[in-house]
Amino acid sequence: MIGKRRAYLRQYAAIALFALAYLALGFAVRDAYYQLIMVQVLVWAVMGLGWNVLSGYSGMISFGHAAFFGLGAYTVTIAFVKFGITPWLGIPLGVVVGVIAGVLIGIPTFRLRGHYFALAMLAYPLAMLYVFEWMGYQEVSLPMKRENPVAYMQFADQRTYMVIAMLLAVACMVISMHVERSRFGRSLLAIKQNLPAAEAAGIDAARWRMYAMMLSAGMAAAAGGFYAVILLVVTPQTVFGALTSAQALIVALFGGVGVFWGPIIGSTILIPLAETLHAKLGDILPGIQGVVYGVAIIVIILVAPDGIYWKVRDRIMARRAPPAGAPRAAARPIAPATPIAWDTAASRSFGAPLLELQNVSRAFGGLRAVDEVTLSVPEGMIYGIIGPNGAGKTTLFNVLNGFLAANQGAMRLAGQEIGGLKPHEVCARGVGRTFQVVRSFPRMTVLENVVIGAFVGAKTDDEAERLAHAALARVGMTGGQVHMLAGGLTTKQLRLMELARALAPRPKLLLLDETLAGLGHDELEGILPIIRQVNREGVTIVIIEHTMHAMVKLADHFCVLDHGRLIASGKPADVVKNPAVIEAYLGKKWMDRAQDQVA
Amino acid sequence: MDDLYWHLVDFLQAFAAGLLVGGTYGLMCVGLGIIFGVMRVVNFAHGDFMMLGMYAAFYLVTGFGVLAFLGPYAGPIAGAVLAGPIVFAIGWLLHKFLISRVTGARVVAAEAEGHYAQIILTLGIALVLANGGLILFGSTPLSVQTPLSRESWEIGPVFLNQARAVGFIMAVICALGLYLFLTRTNLGKALRAAADNPTAAAYVGIDVDRAHRLAFGLGVGITGVAGGLFAMSQSFQPYIGFDFVIVMYAGVVLGGMGSILGAFWGGLTIGLVQQMSTLILPYQLQNTAIFVVFLVIVFFRPQGMFGRVWERT
Repeated sequence: MIGKRRAYLRQYAAIALFALAYLALGFAVRDAYYQLIMVQVLVWAVMGLGWNVLSGYSGMISFGHAAFFGLGAYTVTIAFVKFGITPWLGIPLGVVVGVIAGVLIGIPTFRLRGHYFALAMLAYPLAMLYVFEWMGYQEVSLPMKRENPVAYMQFADQRTYMVIAMLLAVACMVISMHVERSRFGRSLLAIKQNLPAAEAAGIDAARWRMYAMMLSAGMAAAAGGFYAVILLVVTPQTVFGALTSAQALIVALFGGVGVFWGPIIGSTILIPLAETLHAKLGDILPGIQGVVYGVAIIVIILVAPDGIYWKVRDRIMARRAPPAGAPRAAARPIAPATPIAWDTAASRSFGAPLLELQNVSRAFGGLRAVDEVTLSVPEGMIYGIIGPNGAGKTTLFNVLNGFLAANQGAMRLAGQEIGGLKPHEVCARGVGRTFQVVRSFPRMTVLENVVIGAFVGAKTDDEAERLAHAALARVGMTGGQVHMLAGGLTTKQLRLMELARALAPRPKLLLLDETLAGLGHDELEGILPIIRQVNREGVTIVIIEHTMHAMVKLADHFCVLDHGRLIASGKPADVVKNPAVIEAYLGKKWMDRAQDQVA
Repeated sequence: MDDLYWHLVDFLQAFAAGLLVGGTYGLMCVGLGIIFGVMRVVNFAHGDFMMLGMYAAFYLVTGFGVLAFLGPYAGPIAGAVLAGPIVFAIGWLLHKFLISRVTGARVVAAEAEGHYAQIILTLGIALVLANGGLILFGSTPLSVQTPLSRESWEIGPVFLNQARAVGFIMAVICALGLYLFLTRTNLGKALRAAADNPTAAAYVGIDVDRAHRLAFGLGVGITGVAGGLFAMSQSFQPYIGFDFVIVMYAGVVLGGMGSILGAFWGGLTIGLVQQMSTLILPYQLQNTAIFVVFLVIVFFRPQGMFGRVWERT
């Protein structure tokens, strides 16, 4: 925790240093025009920071932040012109309007994904543009107040505006920094990198996205409100136009997406460049600003798709970190890999039913992927589900953890109905899961991945980190490898990490979907004891697996799915002798070989 | 009685205007629909390719007067058609050097990340085209000069602007021609194969990258023709693309993403909505009406448009 506080202090120091250096430069500059540009840099930085909170962290690309910017600007303007309200109050009022607009826009628009979200967002400010033109606000100017200018945020010296803008920017940076380092930002990043994994790990995507939208809209509205004050004239084109939305996106993307330094870097480079070119060449080349922005993002998306900040950081990290795929400490199994005989199951006793399914079905059109499955998993058991490809095993898991709704049937966890719950709610009830193809958050470290999973079981962020460390120790991942990026892990490490992520909030029930797939024999022998140990510590496990010789060692009970139906259920030794199972899945050859092994 | 009659005339007039404008919109949407259907690429710069088509037609007909010898009637039509190959070439080059780097088989695998890069890249292209257009062409609104735009045919009490009517007929012909090309020729079939399953198409020897380039060129070229036709009855400036990209997406989404005929009907419907909204809304809000319709469509027909989110876990 001390390291964390130090990291915060370092960031605060960096922000303070930036602010002071910027203001020093601003005060040294004598030319009022350049001072105005320096103020604008900060306005667009704030706008970019706002965009980044939503689109940078959560990955929902918005082309419509001009809607909030424009509402902020018009709130300040109309409040001033019509009601004589000073911008000192008008800007906070604009923020409130922006946040409300964010909620109203967010509720319907978050149902959309990817480019539909981006397109729908583009439509909002354009629609507002015409509405404001139609209402007669083509060009509204803020009147000059001669008697008491300070009370109306009117200053003769640009540098006063610069100080105010800097305060606003610093506030937004500090807020962004805290978002980034807290559960809020971590959850948004997880949503961006892998939505199903995040939801299965207990993250309430809808709630976090809405918070992000509100914060984001508020910042954009503040930028818009302040913009109206410094330019003194507001037109629908300048505040609601497509270029305004694009500019927010461009400064953030150019500087670095998903990090609060990004919009600062982007704005500091691009705004002066575009403004200066506009001033020098604007007469002959009227669209030069837009061309600069367009070229900037084309180049950045081809050369450094995440922006300058990450390009530089990745360079530095690559120089520091060991080559990917070469873990410094190999995973050590915590339990000895003692061979376990066939009949262990007989000597084990189990508690009351933890998971009960009754006539659960799920169809895709005419295909009955899960067909009236009834089963009961007692507490403390390792329950194996086997069956040929396409038997409905993974679909069953998806129904269980809320990715898919069951068409019929009841599902109970410890006596409580879990049918109809969302994935994060199922997770919060104590059901962890892993995926057939590992779903990691590739740009986070192993530890960060596991912390995401721990949030649902922890009240504070510190507690989540403790839980994550404990879970990593349980799967034998320690030392340097917890700080490796998930994107550079081996299959076995990924499987262990996913297991730790599912274990972190201390679930009652684990759903393991082919956790052993794609592993070599030795790797498999390393993971089996871990799963067994986790189970012996009290976690009930349902596991889907194709590797039969691993399954017979691990599972206390088998059930066999074929074409969505449960065709057999019982002790492993009995089930593998069942003629229907041999017919549907195992084949005769396997049976002969298995008999030899057992004998 | 009299009142009712004039209401009816207003209605028919708006309906006719919507139908004629809608035909051109339909052709634009077809262009966008091909690109999305074949490449699964969201082209935000599509409106700006339409703008290029408008300027191409303008310079061929009015600006440089290359086509002046065809006279004031055939000239503008030929100009619009010739705008097609010009915009096709621009699109082909842009795909070769820029867009192909964020599309194609490689990107299809990385679903979310890929779309993100495409959206940003085409936005960048849109900004460069629109603002580059401002530098090259200036900000003065222009239109392709033809006496057609000042004359109209009368059907009972309803006036049909000749420029728009001719645009409508040409748009229908072009859309039909494209439809025949895609369904009857080997090249068209290869394009559709590449759209259905890029991997399988590659296995049977179709050069998917080339198919994409062709689809992109065709898509923007067709929209360029639509722009050229539209320029006879509509004044334009380099920033017109941003408004129209929403209009076009509204049509394509309405018609069902990926369907060529659907895109045409979608565009037609959007034209009707736009013109008929003037019956109840102030003139300035007709584009707002389109945006609202677009949002409504996107919200109420989500299933066909997202794909399945939980396809493979």
